Amino acid sequence: MKRLLAAVFCSLALGGFAQAAIDTYEFSSETERQRFRQLTSELRCPKCQNQNIADSDAPIAMDLRREIFRMLEDGQADEQIVEHLVDRYGDFVRYNPPVELRTLLLWYGPWVLLGGGLLALVVIVVRRRRVENAPQNALLSAEEQERLSQLLDKKDP
Amino acid sequence: MKRALLLIPLAIFLVVAGFLYKGLFLDPRDIGTTMIGKPLPAFSLPSVEDPARTLTTADFNPGEPALVNVWATWCPTCRAEHAMLNRLAGQGVAIYGINYKETGDARRWLSELGNPYRLNVADPQGSLGFNLGVYGAPETFLIDKNGIIRHKYVGAIDERVWRQQLAPLYQELLEQ
Repeated sequence: MKRLLAAVFCSLALGGFAQAAIDTYEFSSETERQRFRQLTSELRCPKCQNQNIADSDAPIAMDLRREIFRMLEDGQADEQIVEHLVDRYGDFVRYNPPVELRTLLLWYGPWVLLGGGLLALVVIVVRRRRVENAPQNALLSAEEQERLSQLLDKKDP
Repeated sequence: MKRALLLIPLAIFLVVAGFLYKGLFLDPRDIGTTMIGKPLPAFSLPSVEDPARTLTTADFNPGEPALVNVWATWCPTCRAEHAMLNRLAGQGVAIYGINYKETGDARRWLSELGNPYRLNVADPQGSLGFNLGVYGAPETFLIDKNGIIRHKYVGAIDERVWRQQLAPLYQELLEQ
């Protein structure tokens, strides 16, 4: 039984090892390596959703890395390569989507929210300051002031 | 005026809640496709049944609407879907196969489980799959009689999917 278990664990470990095998590419220059890294980290794996294709172990990510490598070697520009992938997999694969009508909210929504929050904060602070700084008697009309001192002066019966 | 301002947080809450509610019914794995309205990408690859024969895009054009099914023996969902494909083929639906990045014995699978495909193209490198924006298997494209892609379904086709999504479109294409 122990032997069987050991064998099972061994084969599992080996399986994990084979899975984790990293594909290796020979780049013709350092800049190309940098571009490969940049591109694969900016493109999203269509299968595994929240990973870029540099990090993903999915077969499709491997294919896409190979395809990107091939296009880099072909001397294609970064935009061409991204275009090539977006043509096939849609805007979903971009972690860095272009600014267009559809993505305006995505790009500027947070800034609008931040601006709104700051505006509200400024309004509240300014209002409060105005109340605090105003001389106490300026808040009451002459008539009210009169009444107030009467009330204050009045002794309890 | 003051009263109206007090309603702002409620308004924001309602908008956010509306979006979140809609999100409950969206499938995050459905990433859509850019292929609708485009013809099948050009290919020239060997046939699965007869590796000496080269198939091209022209072979996938029966002059009637058809399903183009991406499958492989390593894909358990494809096995689950296979009986449905056999049934559809029996009803006269034209089905073409793309044997995507095969690692096993595709011909044995077909002789054991039945062959619903009119033609089967072997795509060992996944190059045709790449040009179709395929990211897994099974995926099924519905093409019209001119070979233009009209619909894509990701996952196993079963009776319900066929009846609700594909059959109405297929019927519509058939009548054109």
